[in-house]
Parts: sequence; structure tokens; C-alpha cells
Amino acid sequence: MKNFLWVIFPYICLAIFVVGHFWRYKYDKFGWTTRSSQLYETGLLRWGSPLFHFGMLGVVMGHVMGLLVPQSWTDAIGLDRHTYHLIALIGGIPAGVAAVVGMLILIYRRRTVGPVFSATTVNDKVMYLFLAAVILLGIWNTIAGSLLQFGGEYNYRDGVSPWFRSIFTLQPDADLMAGAPLGFKIHALLAFTLFALWPFTRLVHVFSAPLGYLTRPYIVYRSKDERVGSGVGSRAPQRGWDKSELKR
Amino acid sequence: MRVMAQMAMVMNLDKCIGCHTCSVTCKQAWTNRAGTEYVWFNNVETRPGLGYPRGYQDQERWKGGWVRKGNGKLALRAGGRWQKLANIFSNPKMPSIEDYYEPWTYDYDTLLNAPAQKNFPVARPHSLISGKPMNVSWSANWDDDLGGSREHAAKDPMLKGIEDKVKFEFEQTFMFYLPRICEHCLNPSCAASCPSGAIYKRSEDGIVLVDQDKCRGWRMCISGCPYKKVYFNHKTGKAEKCTFCYPRVEVGIPTVCSETCVGRLRYIGIMLYDADRVLEAASTESEHGLYEAQRDVFLDPFDPEVQRAAEAAGIPGDWMEAARKSPVRRLIMDYKVALPLHPEYRTMPMVWYIPPLSPVVDVVKETGHDAEDKDNLFNAIETLRIPVEYLANLFTAGDVGPVNDVLRKMAAMRSYMRDINLGRDGNPAIAEAVGMREEDLYEMFRLLAIAKYADRYVIPTAHAEQAHALEELATDCPVSEYGGGQQGPFGEGSGAPTPVAVENFRALQARQTSDSYETELIGGGNKAGRVNLLNWDGVGTPDGLFPDNGESK
Repeated sequence: MKNFLWVIFPYICLAIFVVGHFWRYKYDKFGWTTRSSQLYETGLLRWGSPLFHFGMLGVVMGHVMGLLVPQSWTDAIGLDRHTYHLIALIGGIPAGVAAVVGMLILIYRRRTVGPVFSATTVNDKVMYLFLAAVILLGIWNTIAGSLLQFGGEYNYRDGVSPWFRSIFTLQPDADLMAGAPLGFKIHALLAFTLFALWPFTRLVHVFSAPLGYLTRPYIVYRSKDERVGSGVGSRAPQRGWDKSELKR
Repeated sequence: MRVMAQMAMVMNLDKCIGCHTCSVTCKQAWTNRAGTEYVWFNNVETRPGLGYPRGYQDQERWKGGWVRKGNGKLALRAGGRWQKLANIFSNPKMPSIEDYYEPWTYDYDTLLNAPAQKNFPVARPHSLISGKPMNVSWSANWDDDLGGSREHAAKDPMLKGIEDKVKFEFEQTFMFYLPRICEHCLNPSCAASCPSGAIYKRSEDGIVLVDQDKCRGWRMCISGCPYKKVYFNHKTGKAEKCTFCYPRVEVGIPTVCSETCVGRLRYIGIMLYDADRVLEAASTESEHGLYEAQRDVFLDPFDPEVQRAAEAAGIPGDWMEAARKSPVRRLIMDYKVALPLHPEYRTMPMVWYIPPLSPVVDVVKETGHDAEDKDNLFNAIETLRIPVEYLANLFTAGDVGPVNDVLRKMAAMRSYMRDINLGRDGNPAIAEAVGMREEDLYEMFRLLAIAKYADRYVIPTAHAEQAHALEELATDCPVSEYGGGQQGPFGEGSGAPTPVAVENFRALQARQTSDSYETELIGGGNKAGRVNLLNWDGVGTPDGLFPDNGESK
């Protein structure tokens, strides 16, 4: 059971995540969108959506720091555990609170604004359920574990983080996770389930963050025929008909 | 010099009777789908009026288009790249469905299923957005024909600065219709606003299109376009806009709105322009200078130097021939009677308008004076400041000079042609008064009033070697871009392609039996020669079924 939960299941979910995204991009580019509902309602969205999304960006950055950066590295630069946790809480609590408040506004909006509710699919509802559960458990772990210290202090950087990294180094160690508090366990399991659902939901829009906009020219020109050399009506060279070039 | 060709349109507003046929046929062709119920790629608005969506011209509020900054550079009015990304989770300037209108249908079922009763059953309107019963209180042309104008037209943003002169007497003095499609701008702010880079300008014909596979629904184009001609499909979550009916234009037939225009007021043709000078022209300091600046960007297809540059740029000979014959070029460059809509948005729009003289004519007529006399008309244009200033707000950023010139030319044409029609000699003084030659005045009359099909639409076809990729022929494999050329079983790319503009049987019959469709295509051949074998009943041999064997018919 231990091996299934902390080795087999994560790998299955990650495989679905990777292959699923490839499949979705190949066959359903047209369906790859944020599915915005701003046209129906603006007032609540104006507050809820930025709160949630910017909050989530902070949360994701916190996870990158907590899960991917080994404790030995922060020790090496002379950051003691107390200071580290202080930094994590000062950054993490506001981001987490923003994400939760934003999410509550967005869920309230989705339920009460008629057109938005009727545009919500079953797929959306399942996704919201998992997303909300993961987020709420995550913030509960932070508050209960670090702030209030229920059931003694748990340093996730001794258990959860090495386990998470061990998955990616292909040397999974289930024992690291087996000793974690229940809250962390459920949070991790639900998060992996969410990864498996990810490619089939609207969450794919995360991977179309338009960073290219910052560098591309404002006006995009495109030809009907995208091969090089095809101007207006002129014939583009066909495959295999390249001019012979003398190379000295 | 970087020569590019642009498919452009001119509309002669004097001939628009506001019948909305263009809007209806466009809607049937393009936006008759779930998610686009409220979308009109083509709409006709009554001016003065609020337009569609309501008050879209008020850029203080909507922040569409470009502004010239203090250092002379152009910037998007709604903010640059970083600001766009910062606002990506909720676009602060996006119109809501109330700004367009809430689309509805009627509960027709109750009419059919109601039991016998004393009172007639009534089909009530239901919202297509929420599905609930609703009161219809606005639509795409709710203020049509100045309906409710004291309440609505008074809020027209274009009346700014002339409200005191208008005092709502305009109801008695003037009213006209303004059909609008996407402007297919040379400097499109929708494309510049798109974070995904999904909106592109086709390098062959300048048509601005949204790549539905690349659009991610960030909605910045919708607020970026000052004409509010990019729409959000709330079902697919993607932006959609007027396509200039590219599948039709590629095979040489005009757009649906033009083809079905009852007043024959639309002209389609090629304009050549220098792509290197677009930005400079759009950054012209004075708003009044933008109209002339845009005319300066256009190139003369008769100029040998332009011809050489065009050849180097790969523009084929038949496209150059079309550019020389282009009715749009004649109206914009030769006769100077067409004006751009809102040049002050600095997007370099490419659907131009001939402002209407009829408000002036109507006033002269009502006073009992001769409304075809040049001097009466000239005087009226001078004295009737309100229509002229209003038109200037629409077409020249408020500069009455060019509008005056156009109206005087139209008045001169009217007056000059009356003499000819009454069998008298033409009066050269009339042509001289507006700085035109008599022949030009006559040719302009032929183009504007007779307006034969072949004169209105000079559309070069796309080329044979590209034919496999054209939408209407659609022999290209729809998923070939995904590699392998195999049709996938899943997703939107599956199944056989549906051509956007297949002819139906009646259209085919009309085309083959009507004389007026015997139009020579620019690239040779003729439109009537097209035979759709799917519609052939097997009886007889329709023209064009077999190639001409050289014998005369």
C-alpha cells in the first residue's frame, strides 16, 4: 500500500499529466482556452480573479522553494531553520489567503450568477472540487503545522520535500512520505490526482501564459502559404526542389 | 519601399437605405451559432445614435486603439505589454453583455402546445444567455431610425462639442445609416493587443484574422479594437471577427455583405501600400493630418517604380492589374471622395466611406429651392454646419475641410448630371468649381450611380498553385499541420472539412442563368463557367461542364 500510494500512484498521475497534455495539444488546440466568463459578469470577477490568480502564483513559487530547494542548500548559505520558516510564512500566508479569498469569491460568483452557473460543466465542477480541496488542505497544513503546531512540529523539508524530489530523480523513497502527518499525505495525494485531471480540464490554460507577448512585434503578418519564398501568389519551392548550391 | 496589397472596401453612404440586409445575410453566413448570438460582424447603425455596442466610440471610456505619446511614439491606449499581462486575469475595459445586448429567442412551443382557450397564447422572450424569461430592452439596433432619440441619440459620443448647435433639432434635419464591418486596419490594435499572437494580418491581402487554434481567450483584442469589431464567443471561449469572407474573396467573389447589398453601395478592390511607412503615418502629430497621412501611404500602381518594387515583393501581375482597376483606389485616390472612419484611432482603417449628401439635399428640398442646383447646394453645405461637423467627427477627426470638399464634389456631380440627363450640354463651370475634369465627374457618376457588378468588385483570385489550401475548394487535409496528413479520430480536427462558402443550388442556378454574372475574372476565365457537379441533375450539359473545344457557341 505504501509503495502504491507514494510511488506507483504519483508516477501514473505524472504520466497522465505529460501524455495527456501532449494528446490535448495535438487533437484539441481549438478547445485550449481559459473559457473566460467575463462577458457575463465583471464586478465580482474584477476582485476574485486577480486575487486568486496572483495568490496562486505566489503559492506556486512557495512550493518551488519548499519542495525543490534542498534543505542543505539553504543551510549552506547560512539560513537557519527559524528564519527560513519565517520567510516562508511571511510570503506564504498572504499568498495563500489571497488565493483562498479569491477562490471563495469566484465560487460564490459561479454559483449565484445565472449565466456563469449555466456555463459550468461537470468537468469544471469536478476540477473545482479537487482544486479547492488541495488549496484548503494546503493552507490548513501551513496554519496547523507551522503556526499552531498541532501534534508537534513537522518539518516537511525532512520528509515531503525529499520524497517529492526522489520521484523526479527516479529513485522514489516511499518511507520518507509514510511518516508525514495525515494532512500532508492527503494534500499530496489530492494534488497528484489533480495533476492527472489537469490535461482534460480548463487548467491547461496555465501552460499558455503569454510570455512571448513581451518580445514579439506588435503586428503579426502571416502568409496563407507559410513556406519560405511564397509571396503573394508566387510559387513556393516544393520539397526536394531546392536550388543546388556550390559549397566551397 | 515594402509594397503590400490590401483588400479594401468603400461604402457609399448616400445609397444606404438602412435595410439591414447585409447584417442579416452576414449573420446567417457567419454568426448563426451558439456562443455568437449577440455577435454582428456586420451591423448597421443609425447616426446620430449610440451604435453597437453602446457608445463604442467613446475611447475615454473604452481605451481602444492607439495614442501618440509625448515623444512621438505610438502606444496602445489601454497600456503596453506589461500592463496587459498585469490585467490578464480580468480585463478592466471589456464590454459586458449588457453593452452589446442580451440575445433572446421566443418560447414558440407554447404557441403550438397551448390548449384551446379564450385568450391567445403568447410566445414570451427568453434570454439565450441565462435561459430565463426576460424583458427585451436593448438590441444591436434598438435606436434604429432615431427611435427614442431624445434618450439614446443624445448620448452619442460624436455629438461632443456640437451639442449646443444641435439642440436635438437634428431629428428634423438629418439622419443617416452607417454600416460597419471590421476595418482590416493597416496598423491593427487588436492584433497588437493579443497576448497569444493569434490575430494576424495576412501578407497576401491584408485581411486580419484570428487563428482559432492559437487564441487562448485572454480578451485583450476585444478591448483593444476601438471599433469593437472583435467579439468573444462565450461558448468556445475564443475571439471571433469579420473575416472579409476570405473563402469567397480568394475565389474572386465579393463578401456576403457586398453581394447581398440592396443599394449596391459597397465597392471592393485592392489598395497597394508601403508597409514601411505605416507606423510613421499612424504617428502623425495632428489628428487632422491623419487622413492625408494615410493617403500618402498608398502607392500608385501606375508608377513604374512601384511596379518594379511590387514585382520584387512577389505581387503577381493580375493583382497589379486589379490594383490599377480598383474602384476603391479610384474613390480614395483619384476622386478623393472616400474618407476613413475615425482616423484619430490611428489604426489606419481600410473600410472607407463616402459621406452622405442626402441630409443637405433634403433640407434644400424642404425649403422649396432647387436641390439640384450647384449654387444652392454649395451654399447649403456652407450654412448647414451641423451635418458637416457631425460627419467630420466621424470621418476626419473633426476637420470639416475634407468633408466639405467631398460634399461639394457630390453636389457638383448631381448638378452636372442633371444637365446631361435633360439633354443639355454639360456645364464645364460646375466641374471646375470643384477642381475636377468633366470626364472625371462623368466617370465618377458612372461608378457611383450605375455601379455595375464588375465595376464595383474587382477582386483578383488567389493563385492556382495555392488552390489546394483554399477554404472553398478544401482539398487540403485539415489536420495536415499536425503532421502525417492523417485525420485524427478525436477533437476538432476530426472528420471531413466543411467548406465555408459552398454554393447552394439556387445560387448556382442564378449564376448560370443571369447575364450580369458573366464577369471576366481578372486572372482569365469566367465565373459562370463554374459547375458544381453535386448539384447537376444529370440532364443535359450545363455550360462549362466540358472545356471549350474551340467551336464558337
